[in-house]
Amino acid sequence: MTHEESIVQNLVGKFAYLAGRVQVQRVRRIIGSVDQGQFEEVFTYAQRELQFSVLCTITGLDEGPTMGFIYQMARADGIVFSLKFSVPKDKPVIQTMTRYFPPADIYERELMDLLGAQVEGLGPGNRYPLPDDWPKDEYPLRKDWKAKTAGTNTEEIKQNA
Amino acid sequence: MRNVVIPVGPQHPALKEPESFSVTLSGERIMAFSARLGYNHRGIEKACEERTYVQDVYLIERICGICSHAHSTAFVQAVEEIAGLAVPERALYIRTIIAELERIHSHLLWLGVAGHEVGFDTLLMYTWRDREIVMDILAELTGNRVNYGINTIGGVRRDIAGAEISDIMKAMDTLEERTKYYIRVATEERTLINRLSGVGVLSREDALSLGAVGPTARASGIARDTRKDDPYAAYGALDFKVITDDHCDVYGRTLVRMGELMEAYSMIRQALKKMPDGPIAVKAPRKIPAGEAFSRYEAPRGEDVHYVKANGTDKPERVKVRAPTLANIQCVSKMLEDRQLADLPIVIAAIDPCFSCTDRLISVKDARKRAPSSMKWEDLRLYGIEWYRDKGIDFSKLNTRMGERL
Repeated sequence: MTHEESIVQNLVGKFAYLAGRVQVQRVRRIIGSVDQGQFEEVFTYAQRELQFSVLCTITGLDEGPTMGFIYQMARADGIVFSLKFSVPKDKPVIQTMTRYFPPADIYERELMDLLGAQVEGLGPGNRYPLPDDWPKDEYPLRKDWKAKTAGTNTEEIKQNA
Repeated sequence: MRNVVIPVGPQHPALKEPESFSVTLSGERIMAFSARLGYNHRGIEKACEERTYVQDVYLIERICGICSHAHSTAFVQAVEEIAGLAVPERALYIRTIIAELERIHSHLLWLGVAGHEVGFDTLLMYTWRDREIVMDILAELTGNRVNYGINTIGGVRRDIAGAEISDIMKAMDTLEERTKYYIRVATEERTLINRLSGVGVLSREDALSLGAVGPTARASGIARDTRKDDPYAAYGALDFKVITDDHCDVYGRTLVRMGELMEAYSMIRQALKKMPDGPIAVKAPRKIPAGEAFSRYEAPRGEDVHYVKANGTDKPERVKVRAPTLANIQCVSKMLEDRQLADLPIVIAAIDPCFSCTDRLISVKDARKRAPSSMKWEDLRLYGIEWYRDKGIDFSKLNTRMGERL
């Protein structure tokens, strides 16, 4: 059994609901998905018990009716565990993970600015990466967002050409 | 004494790029530090969703002038994984050679900047002169000093052969000799050692908890390097050491980068010897099947990660980039805790945040002529030599000596 397979087996043994929802994608890559309510216990278990001690980044996805969040964690031996959950797009509320991974702060602020995620429990700090005078409720990485300035996206450039 | 909050930036003392820092001081002592990032945000992730995969290779490459190959490789690796492409081995070796050449130019650039930040401008002049050797090699191999355009989905666009190989070997010999000299300076020159030691301290524990990457982490004793931990390109076939140091300060970060330069020369020689014959690319489909991949790359500044999600069309559904500076910038406030304000530039510079390089062509407007003319890189270089010679400074002998070494 490979390291990756034993990690998957460990996760499924600990959390029965992960059966069929976590798998080896390829060597050194494990992907999994959970419900939002299950996320924190799997995330902290992976960090504390399975040595996924580095949070590489958090990736936000506009999935149409839902918004997905993938937490990409790595171990010293190069294995990456990508753990995902989705929330309704009209209520994109997630909890901060800064108490487990302090560097999550900047990744969560990025999700707030670019996708409109609402991160509960995040302390005060500067926004990132948009400017202070960026219009409220405009989230550039949402699929329905289009640049308003003429000539700033390819479709408009084509139309104006 | 009352605390005073002063803004540093967006135009500021350590970087050529805009970032804004807020520094709380008690006298000259730093009590608190916070960063406001995002001044250089260009919406590249969104732009990638509106362009084809092939267009994105060139767009992604322009995230950073110094780490351009890092970003384009991380991106194409993810796309190739989703598409199930078997990239030819020769292409993987060429990517590795360009990657290490890029690391050499980045680390030599950093060494010069570090010298400049502590008032050791001779080091800046020496290292940036030597850096030209690797910039010329990159231009010879790829046609460009930065933004090489060497990667494509499925392989690389140019082979390395013939005289290019001997030119690289000669350049490695010269640069290795120069780097040995810099290592001697860094380990024997007391003023440099004293100025960098104990400055910008980041303990191993703090580096781990704050998620430091690259030379910043390795100088705090953390043997973490994506080339070794999660091998990509041809790194799995090369013999190299992960350079670490336990000084946990700017001095340690200097030693790590110089050690990595020596490893880079060795890796390039190995790669040139081991590089197998064969094709340099496979044909990639225009439309990439639905899927997702997470790609990691050890850029000169640390781990660069890209996530790509494909939806079956010729444009990606999502491209996510986490550059190494975003991971390391969070360590800076810890490094500056209870330090003197004068240490701020070198501490920030020591994580090696991103800068950009200049164009190869320059538009020159002659007041006597109406039409602007173009000046090639070689002409610009000669113009610089003549300009200094007119002022009584002649570099001819030095240039001849350097030319003979090459």
